[in-house]
Parts: sequence; structure tokens; C-alpha cells
Amino acid sequence: MTTQVKLETNEIPQRESGFKRFFKALILMRESPIGMVGLVLILFWVVMAVIAPLLPLYDPNAIMLPFQKIGAAAPDGGTFWLGTDHKGRDILSRIIWGAQKVLVWATFATLVAYIVGMLMGVVAGYLGGWADEAVSFIANVFLSFPFIILCIIIVATLGASGWTIVVAVTFASAPQIMRIVRGLVLDLKTRDYIFAAQTRGESPWYIMLVELLPNARGPLIVDACLRLGYTVVAIATLGFLGLGLPPPDPDWGLMIKEAVPLGAFAGHSMYLPAAALASLILGFNLLADGLREVSLRD
Amino acid sequence: MANTTAVIPVLECKNVNISYYTRAGEIPAVVDFNLTVMPGESIGIVGESGCGKSTVALAIMNYMGKNGRVKSGQILFNGRDLQAMSEDELRSIRGSQISMVYQEPMASLNPSMKIGEQLMEVPLYHEDVTQAEAKQRSLDMLAAVKLPDPQRIMDAYPHQISGGQQQRVVIAMALLSKPALLLLDEPTTALDVTVEAGIVQLIKEISSQFGTSMIYISHNLGLILETCDRITVMYSGEAVETGSVQAVFNEMRHPYTRGLFASIPLPGTNKNSRPLVPIRGQLPLPQNRPQGCYFGPRCDFFQAGCCDQEAGISMRPVLHEVRHEVRCERFEAIDWQSYHPEGLSGEQAEIGQVVLEVKHMKKYYELSDSSLMAFIKGKKVQYVKANEDINLLAREAETVAIVGESGCGKTTFAKVLMGLEEATEGQVILNGLELGHTPVQQRKAQTVALLQMVFQNPFDTLNPSHTVGSQIARVIKKFDVESDPEKVNQRVLELLDLVKLPRDFALRRPRQLSGGQKQRIGIARAFAGNPAVVVADEPVSALDVSVQAAVTGLLTDIQRNLKTTLLFISHDLSVVRYVSDRIVVMYLGRIMEQGTTDEIFNPPYHPYTEALLSAVPIADTSVKKRHIVLEGELPSPVNPPSGCPFQTRCPRKIGAICETQLPSLQQTATGHAILCHIPMTELNLVEQVIQMDAA
Amino acid sequence: MIVLAAKRLVAMLLIMLVVSFILFSLFEADKMAVAGKVLGPYSSVEQRELWLSQNGYDAPFLTRYAAWMGKAVTGNFGDSLQYKVPVSELLVDRLQNTGILTLVFFIILIPVSLTLGVLAGMKEGSFQDRAISVVSVLTTSIPEFATATFLTGLFVYTWHLLPGTSSMTNGFSWKELILPVMVLVIYDFGYVTRMTRASMAEVMTSQYIRTAILKGLPYKRVIMRHALRNALIAPFTVIVLQLNWLLSGLVVVEVFFAYKGFGTLLLDAALFGDIYVIEACVMVAVFIAVFSQFISDIGYTLLNPRIRFS
Repeated sequence: MTTQVKLETNEIPQRESGFKRFFKALILMRESPIGMVGLVLILFWVVMAVIAPLLPLYDPNAIMLPFQKIGAAAPDGGTFWLGTDHKGRDILSRIIWGAQKVLVWATFATLVAYIVGMLMGVVAGYLGGWADEAVSFIANVFLSFPFIILCIIIVATLGASGWTIVVAVTFASAPQIMRIVRGLVLDLKTRDYIFAAQTRGESPWYIMLVELLPNARGPLIVDACLRLGYTVVAIATLGFLGLGLPPPDPDWGLMIKEAVPLGAFAGHSMYLPAAALASLILGFNLLADGLREVSLRD
Repeated sequence: MANTTAVIPVLECKNVNISYYTRAGEIPAVVDFNLTVMPGESIGIVGESGCGKSTVALAIMNYMGKNGRVKSGQILFNGRDLQAMSEDELRSIRGSQISMVYQEPMASLNPSMKIGEQLMEVPLYHEDVTQAEAKQRSLDMLAAVKLPDPQRIMDAYPHQISGGQQQRVVIAMALLSKPALLLLDEPTTALDVTVEAGIVQLIKEISSQFGTSMIYISHNLGLILETCDRITVMYSGEAVETGSVQAVFNEMRHPYTRGLFASIPLPGTNKNSRPLVPIRGQLPLPQNRPQGCYFGPRCDFFQAGCCDQEAGISMRPVLHEVRHEVRCERFEAIDWQSYHPEGLSGEQAEIGQVVLEVKHMKKYYELSDSSLMAFIKGKKVQYVKANEDINLLAREAETVAIVGESGCGKTTFAKVLMGLEEATEGQVILNGLELGHTPVQQRKAQTVALLQMVFQNPFDTLNPSHTVGSQIARVIKKFDVESDPEKVNQRVLELLDLVKLPRDFALRRPRQLSGGQKQRIGIARAFAGNPAVVVADEPVSALDVSVQAAVTGLLTDIQRNLKTTLLFISHDLSVVRYVSDRIVVMYLGRIMEQGTTDEIFNPPYHPYTEALLSAVPIADTSVKKRHIVLEGELPSPVNPPSGCPFQTRCPRKIGAICETQLPSLQQTATGHAILCHIPMTELNLVEQVIQMDAA
Repeated sequence: MIVLAAKRLVAMLLIMLVVSFILFSLFEADKMAVAGKVLGPYSSVEQRELWLSQNGYDAPFLTRYAAWMGKAVTGNFGDSLQYKVPVSELLVDRLQNTGILTLVFFIILIPVSLTLGVLAGMKEGSFQDRAISVVSVLTTSIPEFATATFLTGLFVYTWHLLPGTSSMTNGFSWKELILPVMVLVIYDFGYVTRMTRASMAEVMTSQYIRTAILKGLPYKRVIMRHALRNALIAPFTVIVLQLNWLLSGLVVVEVFFAYKGFGTLLLDAALFGDIYVIEACVMVAVFIAVFSQFISDIGYTLLNPRIRFS
């Protein structure tokens, strides 16, 4: 026998923990300044949203002096750092609590949309045939609605609430995610390792979930980042159209809607929430760009 | 000034260093490179991937991209420094005095422009000619590169012609302005063997017909021998040996050149008696090159203090020879006569009982035709006859090779065996069990384990998301070899030992492995369930030459020891001759000839086998070969020719019978079978294709 | 080719059928509310039921759907519950207004974004590339109504140059069209520019561009003849598909500037529960979406010889 087997055990390096790898990924982002800016913007809002209850803020719904300028003194001796709106509510507090609302619902809605979309996509792409036809037709039906119009119809039917937003975003986004995943899977399923799995008799579900999906994660992470941005836009837009989270909860879109007619003499109450919104979405878009850049390099 | 009567070289590279500048820092791609091309001379540059041969070509074109730069040295074209030229001067030289032919003809042609316009551009922008003149010259040139119906080609888009025709168009484009120097960067690598033979024939005629000097870049020593006068062997960014083809091929001086020749399957090598000798170790990355001789760590003649000197090793001329130089400190000291490295070899295993039997197997695919004509005629379904009447036996410990070009049905055949496709008709019997109509998911785990596969492309044979160990472990668990986690782990480590990889590879991800290492893991995975039959689909064709030898050796070695039956699918007859006991030659879904390796390589030949043998480039000056270049293109399997499938290209066609009737199978007592109308007795009289010199 | 077109057309009709059915059944669940909308919030249950039966709501669901379908095919979408006029009348008027807005938008968007995209993609990593890329990611990151807020603040409240609403009550006015078009262009050009840039950059790294350069062609010829044609295939399909995206943006912009177009009609109808208007609007939206998809597919095929002749 030329192929004798040596049985001494040699040192086996441990795999790095998930946390360590996440940290390494963050360090990798350093190589993309654009991605870094995006990350900072997002982290700023996430931190704000998390520590909102700990900050010395006025109740976002408390009605105090209307139309106070930036930095005006509050009657209780405090300061309206960003002034107050037409109803006399503290704008700073409303923006920060609004960030929490929009981030929580956007993340949740995107997550649900992703689960649905990925399952649809991997099934359509891998199984093909009539399963593909059926899933693709359903997706096409929903894709033929413009995003906001689909949301409007769903909100008009179900009534405005956070859960409605989740449903609306899922209906609107899942078909798009499905298309992306389907495309990725159509490419990945011709790889030899998929044939290898098939030739050892793996079940379709094992192949879809263990062999295919993990390899689609690169483009999907970039897309998820962009999509979070879209979802924030969608939530804010619904708020602006009066179909978002029911008042008086602070909602960036609604804040803008209410402030615009009065913009002539209280510009800050419309600029500030618009700027907050733009900065958060910019953060998602820049991070997605950075991720794409970094992922293309290696 | 230089003597004006002396011949100036067309191209001269003097001490050229080329680097790429990346985020990781400077990467020296080419180091201290010298090359002289005299008028009418053709020079081959040979080396494995990453040796810098393509970088040299792009540097000559002065097209290095954003981060590549000639760091020092000169590249002189007709005595003028290309680096010192302005953009305008360069433009006037590119395409008119130096032109290039690329590896992938399809990608090199603009998909949305007609071929005519792409050709006419060359004279229109380099010379002061009229449209009509440019057109006429393009037509003439297309005829000169032996393309049928040049007018039709002019009006076609690139995708409407075949790969071989595309490459002829690219060559025509390169020759249109009668360049002084033609660069060919792996011009036939993407083509089928018989198509390659035609292109090589054309390239050989170029220099005599047009007086063009050529630089031919290739990884294939055989092609260099056929086309070039001189050769430069590159290793890890350096030229290690240069000289006339005859001198280098007959008496190579550098240990790397030796190693390269020892690792390619030339006629005369044999897995049992004269095995290949792989070069040990791996090609160093440009950042990790050793001090002194870059080949040092892989060289059997390495001597500390001499080969690892800090100054580096320079090219030295071989005494009493003209223009033969070697980059080795010790080449005069090496005694090649007494050097007998050990290759991977073993006793021929005893061939046992029949394990796999395929009887009259057919596989048809339905192809729906969505054109309007088909819709009107109501004939929406066409059949692709991927496999027709396949009969085959494979015995225990035997290696059966299946040979053919693209579209011959060898991959379909593998899929039917593996149960990924169902046979349309006929039987596939493994150890007495009929499998042809049982998809893999309905087969029992033990049956599935009996029949496993090694895949072609090392880059996607392993799932990039999972560790190597977990992928092997999955196979072990899936096939019920072991179920206890401790034992599974132990078995994984044993399999890594089996394919001679370090055990800590179990925790690595596929992207941390080289191509050869991935292919080894692929082999470990195939053998994990103790298979009776392993199907290897072009297992080494994507690997570098020296790695090919090691992987081929490993595969045959394991197969021999475990008495596994190996079905070796390949297009490369040299490798096939080396590894197999029996050979099956396929063409357009049919078996044209089958027999033992000796029977296939000696008359009587099927005319297709004959052409295939002739098309294989052989890197041995003592081998004489008859040249048979097939006319025409490979027909599409959707629309195969009537009668004998090979009749459209057959040089020995005997008449109308070939067009109307499928030949009957002529079989000898030993099992040698030929599907041809020409009687066996007549085929017997055909001359040998490959003749070894008696000396 | 013709078969492809026919298949597409059938798919489109099928989708419209499914969508209209879903919508019809959605509002069916809330018949009482419909009656309430018509008769006012203080109407009694009896009054509502009477109205429902008088207006034929007692007939089986499928019969009424079929009847609506039959009329809709001829362009009769029923009467608006809110405005009490035939839906088709409303729709034609509003679609005209939106059509003007869209046309002006495309006339500005296409040359601007294609030029910028090509300029950026021509030399990847150059200063012009980076500048254009940063600007386009910035503008696409600001949703339409936020852009509209900033522009209104500047042009209306600060500089007093333009009107803040575009209701066109005194007839058509170009001045009132400026802000809505500006908002749409600013939001959308970034996307098309980035698409064009990516496509151009990819083409510039392709092997056939290398062939063209190493053939010794002038740079201008390489760009204009070899690169552009191939690079513009992808943006073309994107621009056509923009029609679908645009509808979302239109709703927001029209509402923001009180422009009497298709978007405001749809939103009003949705808020009111004006079922026939919603049905009609959605049919139009779906038609536009699927039709633009169709055009983009056909265009892609026509522009791409590799697909055209196979």
C-alpha cells in the first residue's frame, strides 16, 4: 500500500467565533470610506433609537408652546434644542422617538419580506417547472402594482397600523427579493457542488437551504441594506400620505406633512425631520455601496 | 550607431520588470525578462498559470491597465522604445504593426457589430483607403484564413458563427494590416481538439505566407513544438530557460523544464511502468517568492548557499550552444543520467468481474421550439439525441475512458449513470441492479454510495460556504459509513491522509485552497462512501500541467489500491492514453469506436479516432505524426447529419452509403468495435498516426 | 418574436384579470362601508341596506363582477362614489395632466442621466466618476417628499420664485410644473445614472473593448461605436421600467404639490374607499407596469443582436 494512513492527531485550529468574524467584517469596511460614512450614519440613528428612553427628553406627545425656534427656552427651565412644532411638541424628542419607530418597523417588515421572498425565490429557481411558473406568476401580479399604490390599497383595506405596514412591505418587497434570489439560484444551481449533492441523493430542501442559500448571501446582504432604506422611505411616505402609523405617535413622514403648509414661518419644523429621514436613508445606501465595493474586491 | 546592415530585431525586451500596484502593495509579475524576436521568427512562451506570460504580451502592447506598469527595462519595437511613445504613436502601431489574437474569440469580438465592420475598421483607421478597398481586403483576408463564404461572414454577427470561425476572424483581423509582429495568447485553449488542429495549421502557415514574426503564448508544450522556432520557459515571473525548440526539447537544462516534461503524459509513459513525475510543492505567490532561485524549494538539486544567494540567479548561456540560456546556478553540475525520481506508480491491479454494464442506452432531451414557424406547423417539440445506443462494460479495478469533443454526449452519459437524468431507453446495470430508470433520490443510500463522481471544475466542486471537513463528513453520514460523530471525524481525517493533504485542511474553507487541493478534496469526497465505480468528468483539465500529473497519479493510485472501477471522461487523448485500460470514443451521442488502449492507438482506426489522434499536440521531437485536419464544423446534436454522424467531416468517406445509412458495428473477438462502413480489413491497412522514432 | 409578444399579452390580460378580481373581492367584504360613504356617516343600517339592494348589490358576487368586467372592457368603469360622475371622465382628465408631467420628466431625465452615466463609467475611478457617483447616491437617498420639502423651502418660502402648489386652478402654467418635475428628476436621475455607469464600466472592461483599443482605433471611435451601443442596452430597459417606479413617485409629488393628476385621484379614492375609481386606477397602473415590462423586453431583444438572431 502506497497510501498508508497516519493516525497521529495533529493540531487543529479553532474556527473563529461569529462575533470575531463580524468584527473583522467591520474592519474590512474601513477600506471603503463611503461605506464607513454610511455605517456611521446608521449607527448614530440606531444608538439614538436605543437610548431614547434614557435621554432627558420631553414627552414627544406633550403639548407645550407652539412654534418655538431652535434653542428656545422651555417654560420649565429646560431648552427646546430643536424648537417645537405647530402644536407645541418638542421636535428633538419627536425626531428621536420617530427614529425608534421607523427603525423597529422597517427592520421587522424587511425581515418578514426577506423570509417570504427567499423561500419563494429558492423554490422557483431550484425546482423550476410549474413551481417556478406559479411562484413567478404570483410575483408578477404583485410586481405589476407600483410600490406605493400597493401599499395604499393594503392600508386602505386593513386600516393604518404597524402590522399593516409589515403586510404591505412584504407584499411589495417579497416578489422583488424572490426575483433576485431566483436569479442567483439559477446561476448557483449549475455549480458542480450542487451536482455533487444531487448525486449523493440529498433532498431538495437540504440542497435549497444548506447548499444554495448560504452562497447567495453576498449579493443578498447588499440588497437587504438597500431594501431597509426603501422600507424606511415607504414607511415615511405612507406617513406623509396620512396612511402610516396612527397619530399621535411621532412619525417622520407625518411630521413633514404637517409642517410644510406652515413652512413660511417655521421652516425648521419641516427641514429637520426631512434631514433626519434623508440622512438615515443615505446611510443605508452608502453602506450598501461600500459593501458592494468591498465584496467585489475579494 | 548600430551597423545599418545588421538585421534589427523586431522586438527586444531588455531586463524588463513589470509590477502591479495594488492595495496590498507592489506585486512583481515579471522579473528580469529578456526576449529577442528576429524578423520572421516565431517564439513560444510557455509556463503555468500565474507565471507572467500574458503580462508580457500586454506589456508589449503597452496595455497594462490602471495598476500595472513596466517598472524598469526597455521593450524595443524595431529599435524604438514602446514605453516612451505617445498615445498617438502607440495607436498607429497597435493593430497595424503589432497585433494580437486572444484566448476567447467570442468575448474578443464586439457582439453588436457585424464582423465586416469590425474587420474594415483596421485598414480604414490605419491606412488611407476607401470603403470599397477596405471591404475587398477584408474579404480577401477572410478567404486567406480559409473561411468558407467570406461574404456571409462579413454580414454576420459574431455569435452567428462557431468558435473556430470566430478565432479565424480574429486572426484575419490581426493580419489585415500585415503586422510585423503577431502576439497569440493561448489562441486555441477555448476550442475543441479537432478545431484546434485547424487553427494551429493556419498559424503555422502565417509566418511563411506573410513573413510575420510571432510570439505564441501557451501552456501546452506540444503546441509550441508544432508552431515555433524558439521557446522561452517561464516560471514564477522569470524566464528560466530559452533556446531553440530543438535544443530545449531534446536537452532541457533547467530542473523546472525537466520537471514540466516529466509531468506531461507523452507517448511512452504509462501509469504502471513509466509513471509521470509531478513537481512537488506549489507555485509561490509573487509576494512569497524565495530568495535566490524561485524554483529552489521545489528543486531536487537545491543547494543552500548556492541557489539561495541574495543577488538572485541570472540567465547564463549554455556552452557550445547558440542562444540557449538557463537561469540555474548548477545546471552544468547536474547529472541527469543518474537522476531517477520516483513517480506515483504501482502494480497493475487485477481486473475483476463486470461491475457496470450499459445496454442500448438512449437519452433524448425534448427541446421546445418557440419560433412562429414551429407554432404554426404545430411541431413544437424537437429531440436532442444526446446519447444513442450506448453499450459499455466496466470491470472491477478497470479504468475506462470516454473520449470526445463538446456535444458528444459524454456529460449526458455521466448524468444518466448518476441518476440525475433518466434513460429514455435501455439499461444501466450496476452490480446486477438496474438503475437506468431510477432517479438518484429513489436509489438506496448504499446504491448511491457505490457510484460517485469527481467533477471537472475545481472552483465549484466544493461549496464555498462550508468547511472542507464538514463537506466530507456529510457524505460519510449520508452513506451510513459511520454515524458516531467521533468516528465520522476520524474518517474525515483518514480521507485527508488518503489524498495526501494535511489534516488541518478539515477546518479550512474552499477559498483557502489551491485548484489542485480542491480537486484532491473532490476525490476524497468521491471515495468517502467506498464506491464501486467512480466517474471522473475531466478531473484535471482545468489544472496546471504539473498539478495535473499529481492529481492524475493520486486518482489512479487510490483507484488501484481500492480496486475501484474508474470511468474517466476526457477530451485529452494524452491523459487518456496514460490512465486507461480501455477507451470509448464518442461523437455526436454515438460510440464510434471502443477497445483497449492499444487497439485505439493502433490501426485499424475509426476515421474520427484517426483525426482525433492526429489533432493531439505532442511535446516530443522524436514523435512523428500524420496531420489530418478535419473540414467543416462540429454539427449540432439537435440536427445531426443523416446516415453516419461523422460523414460531414470524414476524410475517408466512401460515397452515398455514408449519407444514407448508419454503419453497422464491426467487432473483433477481443471486443474492439468500430462503427464504420469501411471494412475492418481495409481500415487495418491505414498507417500509424503517431510514430515513435526507433531511436 | 411574435409568439413572445402574444405570450406577453396573454400574461398581461391574465394579471389584470387576477388583480381586478382581488380588488373587487377586497371591497366586497366591506359593502356596508361603501353604502355609508355614499349616504353619509349618519345614515342608518336600514337605509344602507336599502341603497345596497337598489344598486344591485344583492346579486351574487360573481355576477356583479362579470357585469363590471363586461362594462370595464368597453371603457365604462362605473360611477365614482365620491364625485358622482363617470370614472372614465375623471380618469381621462387626470391622466392627461399626469401625462404632461411624465413627458416633461422623461425629456429632461433621459439626456441628463445617460450623459452623466456614460461620463462616469468611461473612466472608472476617475474624478468625474467619483463626483457623479457621489451626487447621484445623495439625490436618490432623499425621498421625493423630502426633496420637495427642501425645494419648496428654498424656491417658495425663501426666494419666492415659484408657487408652492401646482393645482393649476387658473389654467395650465409652466411655472407650476417646474417644482414637481424638478423633484422627480432629482430623485430618479441618480438611479438611471448609476445603472448607466455600471453598464458602461462593465463594457469598458470587456475583452472586445480591449480588442478595439489594441486594434489602434481612436479613443472616440472606441467609445462611440464600440462601447456605447452595448452599454446603453441595460439603461434602456431600466428607463422603460422607470414608468412603473414613476407611478409611486407621482402619487407623492402630486399630493405634495396638489397637482390634479392620476396620483391624487388614486390617493383620494383610496382614502374615501371609492371602489370603482380605485379599480380603474389600478387597472391603468397595472396596464402601464406590464406594458412597460413588455416594451422593455421587446426593446432589449431588438437592441441585442445576440438575442435577435437566435
